[in-house]
Amino acid sequence: MRHAWPRTSAARSKRSVDILALLVIVAVLTAVVVVVSAPLRGGRVERTRGAAEDDIAELEARKEAKYREIRDAEMDLRTGKLSREDHRALDRQLRAEAVEILKALDDARS
Amino acid sequence: MPPARKRKIRLVVALSAAVLLAGALVYTSLLSSNEAVTPSDLLAAKAGASYQLTGKVVDGSVRNTSSGVDFRVRDREGTTAVPVTYSGAVPDPFREGREVIVTVRKEGATFVGERDSLVTKCPSKFTEDATQRS
Amino acid sequence: MATVGRALLILALAVAFYGVAASIYGAVRGRDEWIASGRRSVYAIAALVTGAFAILEVAFLRSDFSFATVASHSSTTTPTFYKGAAAWSSQEGSLLLWLWLLSLWSSLVLFATRRQLRRVAPYATAVLLGFAAFFAGLLVFRETPFELLAVVPPEGNGLNPLLRHPSMMIHPPMLYSGYTLFTIPFAFAIGALITRQVGAADWIRATRRFALGAWLFLGIGILLGARWSYAELGWGGYWAWDPVENASLLPWLTGTAFIHSIMIQEKRGMLKIWNVSLVLATGTLAILGTFLVRSGILDSIHAFGASTLGVPFVILIGILIASSVGLVVLRRNELRSENRLDSLLSREAIFLLNNLVLVAMAFVVFWGTFWPLIAEALTGTRRALGPPWFDKYTVPLAIVLVLLSGIGPVIAWRKATVSNARRNFLLPAAAAFALGAVLAALGAADRPLALAMFVCGAFVVASVGQEFWRGVGVRRAMTGENPLAALRSLVARNRRRYGGYLVHVGMALLFVGVAASTAFNDARDVRLAPGQSVRSGDYTFTYERATSRISTHDGELEKISFGAVVDVSRDGRHVTTMRPERGYYPSRDLRGLGPVGRFFEGEATSEIGLDAGLRRDIWTAMTPDIRRLLPTIEEGDRVFAAAAGKLPPALEGQALGAALEGIVDKYLADRPQATFRVISSPLVTWIWIGSIVVFLGGLIALWPGPDAARRKVTARYAARVAEDLGRA
Repeated sequence: MRHAWPRTSAARSKRSVDILALLVIVAVLTAVVVVVSAPLRGGRVERTRGAAEDDIAELEARKEAKYREIRDAEMDLRTGKLSREDHRALDRQLRAEAVEILKALDDARS
Repeated sequence: MPPARKRKIRLVVALSAAVLLAGALVYTSLLSSNEAVTPSDLLAAKAGASYQLTGKVVDGSVRNTSSGVDFRVRDREGTTAVPVTYSGAVPDPFREGREVIVTVRKEGATFVGERDSLVTKCPSKFTEDATQRS
Repeated sequence: MATVGRALLILALAVAFYGVAASIYGAVRGRDEWIASGRRSVYAIAALVTGAFAILEVAFLRSDFSFATVASHSSTTTPTFYKGAAAWSSQEGSLLLWLWLLSLWSSLVLFATRRQLRRVAPYATAVLLGFAAFFAGLLVFRETPFELLAVVPPEGNGLNPLLRHPSMMIHPPMLYSGYTLFTIPFAFAIGALITRQVGAADWIRATRRFALGAWLFLGIGILLGARWSYAELGWGGYWAWDPVENASLLPWLTGTAFIHSIMIQEKRGMLKIWNVSLVLATGTLAILGTFLVRSGILDSIHAFGASTLGVPFVILIGILIASSVGLVVLRRNELRSENRLDSLLSREAIFLLNNLVLVAMAFVVFWGTFWPLIAEALTGTRRALGPPWFDKYTVPLAIVLVLLSGIGPVIAWRKATVSNARRNFLLPAAAAFALGAVLAALGAADRPLALAMFVCGAFVVASVGQEFWRGVGVRRAMTGENPLAALRSLVARNRRRYGGYLVHVGMALLFVGVAASTAFNDARDVRLAPGQSVRSGDYTFTYERATSRISTHDGELEKISFGAVVDVSRDGRHVTTMRPERGYYPSRDLRGLGPVGRFFEGEATSEIGLDAGLRRDIWTAMTPDIRRLLPTIEEGDRVFAAAAGKLPPALEGQALGAALEGIVDKYLADRPQATFRVISSPLVTWIWIGSIVVFLGGLIALWPGPDAARRKVTARYAARVAEDLGRA
């Protein structure tokens, strides 16, 4: 039985390019499926923080921000943007707010 | 004044300012905008009024003048065409067959283009910079 | 390879759908492995689209004309740099670029937050994957970059010569980076709203840098477009209130409001509804901007071959608006302010006013841009607004904005006292008013709005200068460093603050440049014969003589240029010599064009004569009068048409070359008149200088601070606060 396929080299190279493309596509498809499904097949899953840990992280961030504010206020005093009385009042208020955050942190951690 | 009342007053002031600005916007946009027309619409044009004309430059109608360019503009699909006289620098992509936008005013039998108002649309299907002004 | 590219995009689309489902399922059921799988989908899409984009780029660089998009947007004669950039000058290529950038930034943010925001991140992932699915869907079903041509042409159309400018090639990636980066805080805001986490500032903290980066890139993109318009096009302006320009400005305005307003939520828990609304609006406007440029719904935008993408985009934008509004209304309880506005003279109030002014500006620009459609809906006739209408509203608002940028960083929180105001504003205000008086005396009072901008700009520069001065003074007192070192460490330790100050100074310089160059420029259109002159401002422009030349590239004719030598002098002294030109590219479309005439029927570009200086720019463009050449060209057409085929191609080419040289020489011999536009415009360069300062300031503000220093400082304060705790 004779093959009906044309045996020109152009057709052969086109066929080999097509096969190459197909191989590449299959390889990529496999890689994607493997990578994307890895967590589902029991691979290592990044342990995300639970909701409680999220709250603690939020409080930590607020604490850092509050400390930055206290530092900025002191900087403002030194550069003369705030008068001594204004700074004293602001500093007192900020430190009180910081204490509140620390208390909330303690509660969250317990 | 109790703080709640102060806040209410501020809100009212802010909203009034917003309403005023919006009102000014609407009013002036109705007043100072030009009607956007095609060449067929311009057959009923009033002398002295400004229009924003959109259409295609008729093939073979472009004549360079000493001060700018004269050309005819036709409907995108159609043959109704009007003459336009334009003085000033002509945008780089301007040529026959391309779609243009120009602000014109009817003077006699021709339409005089407002300076710097000639915009030529780019011919290719999509380019990053869409329009070139003169 | 095109098949592989196509397959990669189809795969990306499938993965996007999967990822949306996995993320939402994981979020609803609390299953971490599904959330992780959703996150990996984003990484996978980034890899897939990178592959697809690489295939497209390689095709362009190799001038593979079997790709339809390469054939229509590039050619073998296109320089290599522009071959690479031509990939995104097409509709389909630009969509692919958008998707690629989106997948990269999304991967970055999800990787950075993979251990945080457990509740919010999965929904943010789903939103980002939704965008990816939309663009991948467009690329797969509507506008594919991997379409093949059955017959491979030997040469491509080439890149539009107007786009052959570095700014124009970097402009789209900058804009798209801006748009795609804004989708990140958008997605996290949606996630925060859905999960009722929007009261806290987590989602803001995680995406703050992305918002700032987006703002920076978008701003650079807009400025590059303005620079291109000024330096390359023949009209001498940099902003035309064109719908395409406005489309990119809208998200930038609301984005500016957003990056300022979030500081208030961080510090005082206020303006939460503002923040969420601003970021949702910004994301939606970014999509709207992407859509507007390629939609064809507004007349001034390129609308030729009305695009097939209008309907999908409108649907997407509708979904974005509906879900944004719906979510904000649903979650209004979580968006209540924790604090109240104590005084109108406070930083909180200034920031609120800042929001209002920016939103007002955005509304004005939006209204003016969409007015043709609104008018049509309201009155039945389409109407169009020109630049004067836009200027009328945006100029006063911009002046107020600059003023606020001088007051905001310095005014006290909660409530400013008189002594506080005196301490901080006296000197800058005095300096600004003094400058204003001097300028008014010099004649600037003719243009009160410009004068107001100068005064406000001076106020900002003086106020920021005062901040730096004081800050350096304090550091030197603390550490004894020399001024330069003190400045460095000051900025390094307070990057957000001092980076922000620099941005404000840059914007002030930019607006001063805009005000001066708009109000005090002198532009003239004039027709000159060789030897004649025209005056503009203090300068005299003399048309010395005509120039003409043929440019070739690799032995092929690239363009024919006609130009002029223009001598510029002032008070009789020579200032500079400029050589503006108009270049004519041959037409590739041979239908109905003569063999000689076709060299003058393709694209035309202007080469601008520009002498830029710190005090003023001198600008000129010319249009040659080639009417006298037309008879010669027509005769050439007749001769060559008659001789077609009778000569061997090499000889015919030579004869054609000789004919063109003859025409070019004739232009010179005729000593022709030409039309010139000459402009002398003060302080234009400060627009570009201001932009660079803004960019530097933004980089500094973005830069992550050193961990060690921060910990040292916070430890100190922790100790003090712990002390208080012990006392409490």
